[in-house]
This record gives sequence, C-alpha cells and structure tokens, in this order.
Amino acid sequence: MARVTHLNVNGARRALDVDADAKLLWVLRDSLDLTGTKFGCGEGQCAACTVLLDGTPRHACLTRVGEVGDRQVTTIEGLEQNGRLHPVQAAFLEVEAMQCAYCTSGMILGTVAFLRRNPHPTDPEIVAAMDGHLCRCGTYDRILAAVKLAASRLDGSAA
Amino acid sequence: MSAKTTLPPPPEVELERYELRETPRYRFAFDRRGFLQSLGGGIAILLAARSALPAAAQAAQESGQAFERHPIPQAIDAWLHIAPSGAVTVFTGKVEVGQNIRTSLSQAVADELRVPMSAVTMVMGDTARVPFDMGTFGSRTTPQMGTELRRASAAARNVLLNLAAKRWGCGCDVLHAAGGAVHDPAKHRSLTYGELAQGELLAETIPAHEPTTPAAEWTVAGAPAPKVNGRDFVTGKHRYTPDLKLPGMLYGKVVRPSAFGATLVAADVSAVQAMPGVHVIRDGDFLGVAAPDLLTAERAAAAVKATWHAQPQISNAGLFGFLTAHARPGREGGVHSSEGDVAAALAAAPHRVEATYHIAYIQHCPLEPRAALAVWNGGRLTVWTGTQRPFGVQEQLAQAFRMPEADVRVLMPDTGSAYGGKHTGECAVEAARLARGAGKPVHLLWTREEEFTWAYFRPAGVIEIKAGVNPDGRLAAWEMHNYNSGPAALNTMYTVPHKLEEFHPVPNAPLRQGSYRSLAACANHFARESHMDDLAHAVGLDPLDFRLKNCAHPRLHDVYLAAAKQFNWQGRRKRPRHGFGLAGGIEKGGHVAACAEVRVEPDGEVRILRVVEAFDCGAIVNPNGLRNQIAGGLTMGIGGALYEAIEFADGKILNPTFARYRVPRFRDQPQIDVVLVNRKDEPSFGAGETPIVGLAPAVGNAIFDAIALRRRDLPMAPGGKLPLTA
Ligand code: FES
Ligand code: FES
Repeated sequence: MARVTHLNVNGARRALDVDADAKLLWVLRDSLDLTGTKFGCGEGQCAACTVLLDGTPRHACLTRVGEVGDRQVTTIEGLEQNGRLHPVQAAFLEVEAMQCAYCTSGMILGTVAFLRRNPHPTDPEIVAAMDGHLCRCGTYDRILAAVKLAASRLDGSAA
Repeated sequence: MSAKTTLPPPPEVELERYELRETPRYRFAFDRRGFLQSLGGGIAILLAARSALPAAAQAAQESGQAFERHPIPQAIDAWLHIAPSGAVTVFTGKVEVGQNIRTSLSQAVADELRVPMSAVTMVMGDTARVPFDMGTFGSRTTPQMGTELRRASAAARNVLLNLAAKRWGCGCDVLHAAGGAVHDPAKHRSLTYGELAQGELLAETIPAHEPTTPAAEWTVAGAPAPKVNGRDFVTGKHRYTPDLKLPGMLYGKVVRPSAFGATLVAADVSAVQAMPGVHVIRDGDFLGVAAPDLLTAERAAAAVKATWHAQPQISNAGLFGFLTAHARPGREGGVHSSEGDVAAALAAAPHRVEATYHIAYIQHCPLEPRAALAVWNGGRLTVWTGTQRPFGVQEQLAQAFRMPEADVRVLMPDTGSAYGGKHTGECAVEAARLARGAGKPVHLLWTREEEFTWAYFRPAGVIEIKAGVNPDGRLAAWEMHNYNSGPAALNTMYTVPHKLEEFHPVPNAPLRQGSYRSLAACANHFARESHMDDLAHAVGLDPLDFRLKNCAHPRLHDVYLAAAKQFNWQGRRKRPRHGFGLAGGIEKGGHVAACAEVRVEPDGEVRILRVVEAFDCGAIVNPNGLRNQIAGGLTMGIGGALYEAIEFADGKILNPTFARYRVPRFRDQPQIDVVLVNRKDEPSFGAGETPIVGLAPAVGNAIFDAIALRRRDLPMAPGGKLPLTA
C-alpha cells in the first residue's frame, strides 16, 4: 500500500506516514491536528472542507492525499500572519458573516482564492463563485457583504 | 375527519415535544462553601428557579404548554461567580448552536452587573458544572434565561454595593456601580469587584423577582455586540465536537441496519479480525467497529458481513393517506379548541373555501453532523457531544448503560448548529458503547448519509381547512385540522366567531420525528395564510386589507403595516410572471409579517427576488444578532418552502445526500430587508424560530399572484420546479 510521508502545509514541510488513499481532509484533521478544515458532507457539495492547493481551492474531502505531492496546502490555520488576521478573515469577523460558523473556514478560503482571481467582483460574480459553499444557517447576505468588504480592502494590495 | 381507529390513548401530550416526557429533576447537590473554596473564594450568586415567564409571555407561548405540566423545578436555574481577580463567570445549562446566546447572555450580564463584556465568561452546557436545564429550544433562552441572569447579576451588584458600604461604613444609597467597581463619588473612592470579592466566601441564593434594569436604561444590551470568541471562528481555532481528541483515542463506525427497525440476524466479522488494532462491538442489534484511524475504521465497517432482517414499510407515495387514516381524533389526546357553532356558520357563509395542504418530511441538515467523543474512567463516563439538551443526553446515557446519572458527564462545545434537530443523544450513546467495548476513548462522527437517515425528521402532515367569509370581508367560520405535523400555532390569530381547531396525532408515524425550528408553526402558518389569501380573493379584497380587517392583535397589525410600508405593498405593480404575496403570524412571543416578490420562469422555476420581514419580539437585546437570526431563518425557510422533501421507501432514505436533497444556496438568496420593531415596553422573546414561519406562505401567495397557481404542498417546487401541469 502506497504511503505518503510528507506534506507541505501552511509553509512548513510536515512529516507523517499515512495511506496514500486517505483523504487530505482526514490527514489534515487527524494526523496534523489542523481541525479548522471541516467535514460537512464528504461528497463535494458543501465546501466546508475547502483548502488551497498551490492557491487553488479544493474539496479536501475528495482529494486523495497521494495526489497532493509537493504542492503547497493552505488551511484556515495558515492565513493569519504574525497574529494578524488575513483581510478576508478580518472582514468576516467585522461583518459577523456567521452564526454557528461551521461553514466559515471554507467560506474564507474560497473567498481568498476567488479574490485573487477576481479582485473586483460584481455581486453576481460573487454569488456564482461561492455557490458551491453551503451555509445551512443562511448567512449568505452577510457573507456577500464580507466578500465585498474584503475586496475593497485588498484592492491594490498583493494579499 | 371522524375517528377511524380504536387505538389505545396516546402516550404523549404534544407530538413534537416527545423529548420532554421525562420528568425534570434537580440535582445540583453540592456543598456551596466547599465549592466556593475550590474556586478560590469570591462571591457566588445562586439563582432560585421560578417557573419562568411573566404571565403575558406565558399566554403568548402557546407551544410552551408542556412546561406547565412539567414545571421547571423550584431550585437553581443558573449561578454566577465573581472571583477575587474580578473575573465574572456565569454557569448555565443553555448551549450555543449558532443562535448567538453566548453573546446575548453575556451582554445581559455585563449590562446588569455594570462590567465590560470582556469581563464575563459563560460556562455552558457542562452537566458537571452547571445547574440542571431542560434544554435550549422553544425560543426560551432570551425570555427566560436572559431575564434570570439579569436577576442574578442585579443581585450580585447589590451584594457588592453592600460589601463596599460595610467596608467604608457608609450607606448603600450614596454608592453606585459602574465599570466593574463600586464608587463613592462624594468621597472620590472606589473598590473594584475583585477587591470586594477578595477574602469573601459568600454564597447567596436569591429569590425570584429581583428587580432588574428596564430595557430603556440598558447600555450594553440593546446595542450590537461583537460575537464572543468571534476570532476563534475565523481562524479555525474553535474546537467543535468533531475536532476534539484524547490520547489513545480510536475512531468509531457504526455498521448500519439495512432499513429502519431491522434486526441483526448474523454478523460475519472474520475479515475484520485480521485487521490490526480493530475492535468489533456487537450488542443486540447494535454493531460497530473502532480503529486507530478513520480509514481503517471505514474499511473494517465495510468488511463486516452483516445479515439484517427488515419488514416492508410504507413509502412517500402512501404517506399522506397513511397519516389521515391513522390519526386520532383531536378530542382524544390531541389538541382541540372550539368556539361557537362552526358547522352552522360554515353552512350559512356566503363565501366558502375548502382545501387540503400537504407537508413533507424534511431534515434539519445541520452542517456539523452529529458527533461525540466518549471516554470511560472506571465506572464513570464522560461524553462531549453537540446537543441542545446536555442533561437529556446525560439521562439517555445513564439509562442506556444502567448507571447513575451522577456518574455521567456530558459536555457541549459550541456546536455547528442544530435547528431543533439535536435534542437527542444517539451519537453519544453509540460512541459510549464503542468506547466501552474497545476499552479506549472513541470518537464518532456521523457521515452526511447517516445524518440524513438516522437523525429524526420534521414531521410530515396533512392540514384540512374549511372557512367561510361574509361579503363585508369578515371571517364567519374557521375549521382547521392538522394531522401529525403538530399543534404549534394551530390557533388562528384572526378574529372568528365560530371556529374549530384540532391537532390529530399519528402514534405510529412512518419516520422517526421530532422537533424542528418553529415546530409545526411553519406548516400551520403556511396552510392558514395560503387559505386567508384565497378568502381575500373570494371577497375581492386586497390581501393586506383583508388581514387587517380580521386582525385584533395590535402588535400583529403593526408588523403588517411596517412590512407593507418597507415593501411598498400599496405601490406594487403587476408585471408578467411576477407576483407579490404577504403573510403574517404570531408564535412564541414573536409577531411577524413578511412580503415577498417572486418571478416564475416559463419552466416553473421560482426565483424569490425580494423579501421584507417585519419582526417584533419585544425589547431587542442584540439588534445585530437579531437581524442575523431573522435573515437566517428566512433563508432556511426557502428550502422547506420550495425544495426540501425526504424521499423514502421500505425503511430507507432515498435521497440522503446534498446532491439529491436541495438546500438553499447563494443563488437562491433573495434580497432580504429586515424591519425590527423594538418594543422596549414588552418582555424580550427569542428570534431563532418565529421569523421562519412567514416565508413559505408569503412566497406561495406571490406564486399565486404571478401565475394563478395555488400550491398547497410543501415543498411547492419539488425538484426546483413548480408542477405547472398539475
Ligand atoms: S465536506 Fe467536502 S464538500 Fe462537503
Ligand atoms: S454559519 Fe452555520 S453553516 Fe454557516
């Protein structure tokens, strides 16, 4: 059985020893104790498990750890820099774009990747980009506001 | 509508409240001084329980009936501790599931105790540390616990004032409390609460009716407050139950039966025995595994060859016929109320509308699936789990393992939502059973499919309404029967001289059913407000005028007007395929009115373009949190209104995935306008539930306005489309 012995996560090379067939989600959560990445469905339908692979959002619940290779994995724990929130995190907090907040990690990582691709989105573009993210508490209007706030703050910066 | 069966009397008072059948017990037995000593001294205020709400509030709480029959014990409801460091800790059995009560209760305490919010810590839902609490549901936290914590805080403030007066040898009346200290302005001296608590070992039990600060004088409460621990949620640091770990912990998997009620005939576990570190646990019809990692646990569960015996069971197709055929008469064990002579009034009414409404089973689908972490220590059991009823789960565990409740501790981390779906502790019991079998701590996290299948459902139902109206637009007669979905908000809020309203329980409903956000108030409001719309059309009145004409509740009247104004109801203009609808209601102390605009595409797809909702739940504690709850309730309501329906056959759920069970997404989100009607002169009520009830009927009425199609089934657009040819 193929094994995976290291992962590049949040800027560090982490040693581990897991079955290559294990899903990235559980390796992050169980082997590396990075539990900010959430399980919501395991079927690619909720995006609570969103992580970035070399900056591209991926459903960690569907990603075999064996296919990650040397790519950089970014999780919610990797966004804060020297105790400073990423502007997207700060915007979600400021707008209070959450109730139970179980969807929040995935929403924030999805937003980070989206705003890198499209720094000046229109509302319909935000809705289309975020439609795969489920918030069962129904805080979509606040999330929309948070994405817009983050976009206005990130404007011009290279974050 | 007559009795069709002769079954024994029903076992429960209110169907969807079956969770409350247990008798609440009081077990807050500790040595108060010893306990205080263990906390390092200070001041403790123990709050004597009363049976809760002011009379007006109780009357408004139709669905709180069960509480009258099982009054909350006259004991301790909550307590509050002021440490010599000045830290304020509040202990309550209420729990946080996203409704933001950790924040709003902290606000109430900070406000009354005159401390900054940052000085307050809430310990919630840990059965070993907090007084007994029936659970967090029924929108009772704000009216009840919010008020009680205010009383405890006011009492603590008085104790502190008295302590300061004693130290300074002055009267209390010249002192005042502010900013976490007692001040003597004339003499320019102050003592912080911490200084006052130092060297004290004071435990006071305060009686009911401690006076509190009127809403008009609130400073911290009544204004937006940032979410407590908000930073932990945007950084991923908060640990929900699925995120907890213990040394040596195993991962559990339950081998599920082939159908509901199936019995285990045989289990061949030979393939699993070779797997290192895997435990197989069989106990009666329960079968599960525990393994050092999740992948191994999944493989082991899949490798178990179980043979189940299942009985044939009914499917969706036969559901509604089954419910009406097996319902009991409302007079016998259901809910029944009547006034006047409804049959005669119906016969005499010049305009009559008669219709039947159908309500599907739906699932709560909290994004955090059920999870538990269980560990045994000798004969004692500790379980972390996401539940709205930690003490209920404690009792369930004690019963399941035939042990004293005192030996079971349940802890509830702030949880990824519940919506009334997490009243029971099945996952906790399973994790504990696996942990006992494996002799190690076991972590169990349900899959989405398990969540869709093995959690309880919002009851399906059939609702029949016959109503008559006079040519002047006044209701003449109203007869409403609800089969199975529940009695919440069954009674009309409109004035009718002759009426009959009955809830008919179905004791052997096909799926396991339980509580849901607003209970049956959603179903009953949908049917009633759709019907009211038909009646308005029957007499040629504007739907708003018709409702106002029959509404004697000033607060309902006010929210109707507030919503209509914001929506510009009077100025709405007909456009092809666009429709406008409104609906209102009263439930759990909240008064709500919603206006909706929809567009119906030629293929039957419904787009909800705009919703305005006016809401009055008394004095507002946290306007920001309140807006969030209302918008969230409306969005969740879209699912039940348009898409959500559980499909089942032969004891299996046929659509147990988000791919096949559509819940509202970003693209379904209308523009939402919330109008808050702040009644500082009225007691505060919760907002987690009632805002949801107006959405479905407002949208249904808008669909009718758009294309003259009256949908009487929830969901109205199964599969995403209205059945245009039906
Ligand atoms: S858990 Fe991965 S998409 Fe839902
Ligand atoms: S805040 Fe609860 S799922 Fe989004």
